[in-house]
Amino acid sequence: MTQSLVAIEGLSAISTRDGGAPVLRDVSLTLEKGEVRGLVGESGAGKSTIAKALLGILPSTVKVTGGFIRFEGRDLLAMPRRELSDLMGREITLIPQDPQTALNPARRIEAQLTDGLRLKLGMGKAAAHERALQLLDEVQIRNPERVLAAYPHELSGGMRQRILIASAFALNPKLVVADEPTTALDVTVQKEILRLIRRMQEAHGTAVIFVTHDLGVVAKICDRVTLLYAGKVIEDGATAGMLTAPKHIYTSALIAAGPRYDRPNAGLEPVPEAVFRQLRAEIGIAERRV
Amino acid sequence: MKTIKPLLREPRVVIAGGFLLLLLLIAIFAPYIAPKDPLEQDLMLGNMPPVTSPGAEPGYYLGTDDLGRDVLSRVLYGSRIALTVAFVAASLSAVIGTLMGLAAGWYGGWADRIISRLVDIWMAFPPVLLSVLLVAVLGSGLHSVIAAIVIIDWTRFCRVVRAETMAQARLDYVMAAETIGFSRSHILWREILPNVAPVLIAVVSLEMGIAVIVEAILSFVGLSLSSDIPTWGGMIAQGRQMIHQGWWVFVFPLIALFATVLAFNQLGNGLRKALDPVMRR
Repeated sequence: MTQSLVAIEGLSAISTRDGGAPVLRDVSLTLEKGEVRGLVGESGAGKSTIAKALLGILPSTVKVTGGFIRFEGRDLLAMPRRELSDLMGREITLIPQDPQTALNPARRIEAQLTDGLRLKLGMGKAAAHERALQLLDEVQIRNPERVLAAYPHELSGGMRQRILIASAFALNPKLVVADEPTTALDVTVQKEILRLIRRMQEAHGTAVIFVTHDLGVVAKICDRVTLLYAGKVIEDGATAGMLTAPKHIYTSALIAAGPRYDRPNAGLEPVPEAVFRQLRAEIGIAERRV
Repeated sequence: MKTIKPLLREPRVVIAGGFLLLLLLIAIFAPYIAPKDPLEQDLMLGNMPPVTSPGAEPGYYLGTDDLGRDVLSRVLYGSRIALTVAFVAASLSAVIGTLMGLAAGWYGGWADRIISRLVDIWMAFPPVLLSVLLVAVLGSGLHSVIAAIVIIDWTRFCRVVRAETMAQARLDYVMAAETIGFSRSHILWREILPNVAPVLIAVVSLEMGIAVIVEAILSFVGLSLSSDIPTWGGMIAQGRQMIHQGWWVFVFPLIALFATVLAFNQLGNGLRKALDPVMRR
């Protein structure tokens, strides 16, 4: 059997702030090379915690209580700090959520786009500039020279997200963690960005973990999906199969909650309370007192 | 520099900044500008009114005090002490307060708890009384005045910088920098500090105004400098005693003080407004 790129095994974590409330419950999932995997769930489901764990930036309020995250067979959680920070930004990179705040307002695009190239590859200024131009061309930005000299506030949201994508793929990483990269964009831009991520991912042969709460986005971009609720994997499988023939009642309820453009009168059904009751019973959470 | 242009569009920055620049030139070139020696006494020419009044002595444009010293020259020379205190005290308290604020806001935990408690304790003292007390203990003189202002006012910078650092630390660009593998201190100095700078610059300007006032208060109560060095506060104190014989000794340094503090405040507010949208639109 070939080794998976990422193998998360039995990962459990608690929040030190909420009196030890579980954040992740025995999460296992694998990610193959070049695969796009959706991590879906409502807020608090643990999808961002998994993403942060992969990036080595778990907040101090989250404590891992068990399990492993193996990246090419190496345990990220047990890795010495120095080795980890060498890996981060080179083999594992991030596409952040909000293009409004993900670029430093006080620094020019060129400086920010070439940070990784200069820090990790030791590129000189001229070489990094050349590579930055290439990258901007790759994400279809016209006037790359002008954009490199600009400050973030001079660019549109879609433009900034393209720059962040270019930056994430700059070092040919093996894994890109995309943390709801389209949530802050309007719908038309969203589509372009999704297409761009898919294209970059295919061109670079990169695996992508795509964190989102939007099943519509999942359907467009992900090969496989993991659905989480309250830190537990509810369903996991190929996107097409899961969206057309969901196995779990929560999955079907979520699909029904989304808009249906083919049947305007259907869809937008709130997830019934009975489904949550069943979920809580399965996971073993005490009944919520309202 | 791209950041200069929007500054010049802000009228408060241009007017207040222009006034302060002029004041700085006056302070530097006071010996060449002042018509008289500010210390030269001439008891025959005591209490002469300004030129606009009947009976004025030619050459003494703003009149003389009871010892016959030229009020205009003394006001001009007074700007030297005022600006020295403003720049030195504001810069020093900015450096100390910023370092403390960055440490508290960025590293959090124990650093934050200790520094924040310290600030709380500091803020519980009434500032003017504390400065009078400090100068009384340290002994009068320019150094003591500056030290007293720095010891009291670093908290102002600490609070602002701490809050701003915490706000910046929550933004995604900081997380992005972390995932590239930059060290904590690199992120603090190269990513966060440039974004704290606009607020910091505005507070420095406001603090300069406060420093001018504190210096004047200490001069007024006679704790700042020996009375033969002209200070606005000292002149106001001296003029207050003879307000009925000669209002001019009292009024002109007061106008200078008022205009200077107003200019520093307006410059600070203008800078805050002009720098903010550039940095965070």
